[in-house]
Amino acid sequence: MYLPNWMHKLASPPHFFRISGWLAPWLLWPAVALIALGFYAGLVLAPADYQQGDGFRIIYVHVPSAYLSTLIYGLMAAAAAVGLIWRMKLAYAVAAAAAPIGAWFTFLALVTGAIWGKPMWGTFWEWDPRLTSELILLFLYLGFMSLRTSFEEPTKGDRAAGLLAVVGVVNLPIIHYSVIWWSSIHQGPTIKKLDAPSITWEMAWPLLTLILGFTLFFAGLLLQRVQAEVLERERNARWVTEIMRPGIEGG
Amino acid sequence: MTPRRQRLITVALILSGVGLAVGLALQAFEENLLFFYSPTQVLAGEPPDGRKFRVGGLVATDSVSREPGQLEVSFDVTDNQNTVRVFYNGVLPDLFREGQGIIANGTLEADGSFRAEEVLAKHDENYMPPEVAEMLAAQGHPDQSNKP
Repeated sequence: MYLPNWMHKLASPPHFFRISGWLAPWLLWPAVALIALGFYAGLVLAPADYQQGDGFRIIYVHVPSAYLSTLIYGLMAAAAAVGLIWRMKLAYAVAAAAAPIGAWFTFLALVTGAIWGKPMWGTFWEWDPRLTSELILLFLYLGFMSLRTSFEEPTKGDRAAGLLAVVGVVNLPIIHYSVIWWSSIHQGPTIKKLDAPSITWEMAWPLLTLILGFTLFFAGLLLQRVQAEVLERERNARWVTEIMRPGIEGG
Repeated sequence: MTPRRQRLITVALILSGVGLAVGLALQAFEENLLFFYSPTQVLAGEPPDGRKFRVGGLVATDSVSREPGQLEVSFDVTDNQNTVRVFYNGVLPDLFREGQGIIANGTLEADGSFRAEEVLAKHDENYMPPEVAEMLAAQGHPDQSNKP
């Protein structure tokens, strides 16, 4: 039940604040480069699909967004669990900072899916297991965000919302396996299978580039949001007044 | 037992409890979560009588027939074991073609045919340029034998 020393050190807000301030640009600039490269390759270089024509290119936004929507939820729930069990303040700040980013990616995955679904499937929306469980994920994010801010005492909000985040984890395997467990309109995973890729390499590498780019973008954005979250939560702490003083005095 | 360990156990218990409950609920509702029935299941009488349900499968090759000058279309849906004749009056999605997976929503008629109110195309997870698809089809690749 003991955390290693480096974790204790990392969990100290001023320490984390410094490290993430240094690290964020190193994540965000490569992210911008990878996303630019991925979009150019995906929208210009990659060939059109044999059935869907150019319409398939929406996967270059849809797949990274959908992947991140579940990854971020897992991370947010893990952070919330650490907060609940170890009473680590920084972990609550991470969960709070991650939620809106995750909600936006979930929204993006749903919207791009609907735009693609209309011409290809013939419908914007179906109450299909995959689509429904992804919509529930969006509601979990929104529930987490509103529950967290609905208490006068921030710690209570953190704990209540944290519990919701942890309980909502059961939705993640449902989203992932929905297309395998049940007969669904949504196709199975394209790039999960390591043995037989069901996508041509010319179409796959821009997608993989974009997944990496989106993930780095999320990581950099998360660090910056955690910084803001930590500043707000620790606004009365001495280290905050100390690092803020030059700014205040210098106008 | 430290309070920390106690909280860890509490969180683990809550999560596994909720997980178990959801698992059991999904198990119980499995039939209702079925998005579509296969033609074999339809012929076995599994779909509920007199209610709307969905039938899914591949559009059988050379089975599509259209009424000239009308939207009325009919085709066979097959799971490579059994077939159901589907009648539909409306606009078909872009991906509709022979050999393509589709899902039709509607009701079973007395003569065993299916009257669809909605036809959706089901896409598979394969993405490739047309040249590759043609090459695979020419080689008689099993995955591509039903593609145009």
